Amino acid sequence: MALVDLHVAELGALEEMARRDSSLRRIDPRAKLVTTLVFILTVVSFGIYELAALLPLLLYPVVLLSLGDLPTGYILRKVALVSPFAILVGIFNPLLDHSPHLIVGDFHVSGGWISFASILLRFVLTVSAALILIASTGVHHLALALQRLGAPSAFVMQLLFLYRYLFVLTQEALRTVRAITLRSVDRKAMSMKTYAHFLGSLLLRTLDRAQRIHVAMRCRGYDGSVRLLNTLQFRAADALFIALWCAYFLAIRFGNVPHRIGELVMGVFT
Amino acid sequence: MHMADALLSPAVGGGMWALSAGLIGYCSKVLRTTLDDWKIPLMGVVSAFVFAAQMVNFSIPATGSSGHLGGGLLLAILLGPHAAFLAIASVLTVQAFFFADGGLLALGCTIFNLGFFPCFVAYPLIYRRIAGSNPTTARLWTVSILAAVAGLELGALGVVLETRLSEISALPFTTFIALMLPIHLPIGIIEGIVTAAVVQFVYRARPEVFDAATALSQGRKIAVAPVLVVLAIAAVCSGGVLSWFASSHPDGLEWALFHSTGTEEFAGREDALHASLAHVQTKTAILPDYTFSASEAPAETGAKTQWPAVDPGTSVSGIVGGAITLGIVALAGLALRRRAAPARP
Repeated sequence: MALVDLHVAELGALEEMARRDSSLRRIDPRAKLVTTLVFILTVVSFGIYELAALLPLLLYPVVLLSLGDLPTGYILRKVALVSPFAILVGIFNPLLDHSPHLIVGDFHVSGGWISFASILLRFVLTVSAALILIASTGVHHLALALQRLGAPSAFVMQLLFLYRYLFVLTQEALRTVRAITLRSVDRKAMSMKTYAHFLGSLLLRTLDRAQRIHVAMRCRGYDGSVRLLNTLQFRAADALFIALWCAYFLAIRFGNVPHRIGELVMGVFT
Repeated sequence: MHMADALLSPAVGGGMWALSAGLIGYCSKVLRTTLDDWKIPLMGVVSAFVFAAQMVNFSIPATGSSGHLGGGLLLAILLGPHAAFLAIASVLTVQAFFFADGGLLALGCTIFNLGFFPCFVAYPLIYRRIAGSNPTTARLWTVSILAAVAGLELGALGVVLETRLSEISALPFTTFIALMLPIHLPIGIIEGIVTAAVVQFVYRARPEVFDAATALSQGRKIAVAPVLVVLAIAAVCSGGVLSWFASSHPDGLEWALFHSTGTEEFAGREDALHASLAHVQTKTAILPDYTFSASEAPAETGAKTQWPAVDPGTSVSGIVGGAITLGIVALAGLALRRRAAPARP
C-alpha cells in the first residue's frame, strides 16, 4: 500500500534532517522547545484582524530554516498538506463577516477576508515552527528535553518506545497488507471484515512482540525504569538564543512594526 | 479532530494544555504506583500498533470512501484508561510533531478531545458498565458502537467549544455544531464496528490477552476526580457559551454591533471560563489577549487605537509597511542562506 510507504518515508525524512549538523542543530533542544512555544503563543495572541503586525514574525521560521540548513520547499509542502482543517473553518469568516475593514481607494476589504488571511498566516507560522523544531532536533533529543523540563518519565518512556517501534510495526503492517493485496486482485482497499482480521492479527503479533521485548529488557537488567543518558548541555549560546528571540517576539507584539514603517515611509512622501 | 493553533486563542490553548498535562501527570502517577515493569514496553508497543493501524485504510461499504481505526476505545479496552490515555497522548504528540496534525499549542486540546473522552468517559461510563467482563457478541457490538460514538461526538463537541471560545472563527456555534456532529456520527459507528470486530477476534484467538488487560486496570476503581473535572469543565463551557449567546449575536453582524454599541458586548462576554483564564493569563504575564485589553487599557499602543477606525490613510500605510516588512524578512533569509551555503559539504 503506497500510502503506508509514503508515511514511513515522511517520518524518516524529518529524522534524517535532524541528524545533519548545523548551527541550529547544536542549540540545546530545551532552548528550541521553549522558544518555539513562546513563538506560537506570541502568534496566537494577536487579534484576529491584525494581519500586517504578524508579518515580522515570519523572520523566525525564515532565519531558522537558514540556520538549520533545512529545505524550505519540503517544509512548505508539509504545511500545505495539513492546512484543510484551518481553511475549512476559516473560510466561513469572509462569508459571515462583511464589516468594512480596509479601504484602498474605492476598494473595500471586509473584516472576514482579513481574519481569514490572518488565520492562514498564523497557520503557516505555527505549523512551520513545529516542523522546524522536529527537523532540527529529532525525537530522542526532544524526549530528553521534555524529561529535563519536568515531563513525567512514564510519558517520556512511552514516547521513546512508540517512536522506536513505530517503524518496526509499520513494516510489519506493510508486509501483511502486501500479502493481502496480492491475494485480492482488482480490489482497491480491503473490506471491513478483512481489515478487522488484519488488525486483530497485527495486534496479536504486537502483544507477542511486547512480551519478547520485555523479556529481553529483563535479561539486560530492566527493573521498571529506563535510565536515559543525559547528553544535554545548556550553554550561554542557548540562553542567548532564547533571550534574543523572546525579546524580538515581545518587541513585535507590543509595537506594530510594519505600521510604524508604513507611517514613516508615507510620511516621507506626504 | 486535530485542532489547529491558528484557530486557538492563548487562553483556551494554554488552559487545555494545563488540563492535559495535569491528566498525563495523574496517569503517570497512577501507573507508577501499580508497579508492573512490563507495562511500559506493552504500552509503547501497543501505541506503535495504533500508529501503524491508522496508516492502513479500508473501504467503507456503499460510500466509496475509506477510513481507518482511531484507536482510543480499543486502547482503553486493552490497557485500561490510565495506560490508554498515556498511549494516546504519545501517539498524538508524535503526530503533532511529525505530521503537524494539530499544532503544538493545540496539543492540549487534541489530547483532551481524542484521549480524555474515550478513556475516562466512554470506556468507564459506557463500555465497562454495559459490557462487563465477558460480553455476548450482540452486547459487545452494541456497546462498542455506543461508546465509540459517544467518545467521538464529545470530542467533536470539544473542538467546536474550543474554537468558539477562541473567537477566531466567525462560524456561528449552532452551524459549527450542525456540521461537526453529524459528520462524526458515521465515523463513530465505524470506529465502534472495527473496535468490536478486533476485540472479538482477539477474544476468540487469545482470550488470555484480556485477563492481562484486566489485571492491568485491576484494583483501580474508576477515579471520580477526572469525571468531576470534566463535569465542571462542561458546566463552565456551556455557561460560557450560553451567556455568550445571550449577550451577543452569533452572526456576521457581530463586528458591526460591537462598533455601534461600544464595548458593553465585550464586557458581557467576559464570563466564567474566559474571565478565569484571562485572569490566569494576566497573572502569569503572558501577552494579554487583544480583545480584552482593548477595553481595559485603551490606547496602550498605536495599533490598538487605530484598529477599529477604518481610515484609508492608515490602511495604505499598513499595506506599505507590511510589504516592506516582508521584503526585509525575505532579504534576511536570503542573506543567511548565502552565508550558510559555502559551509555545506
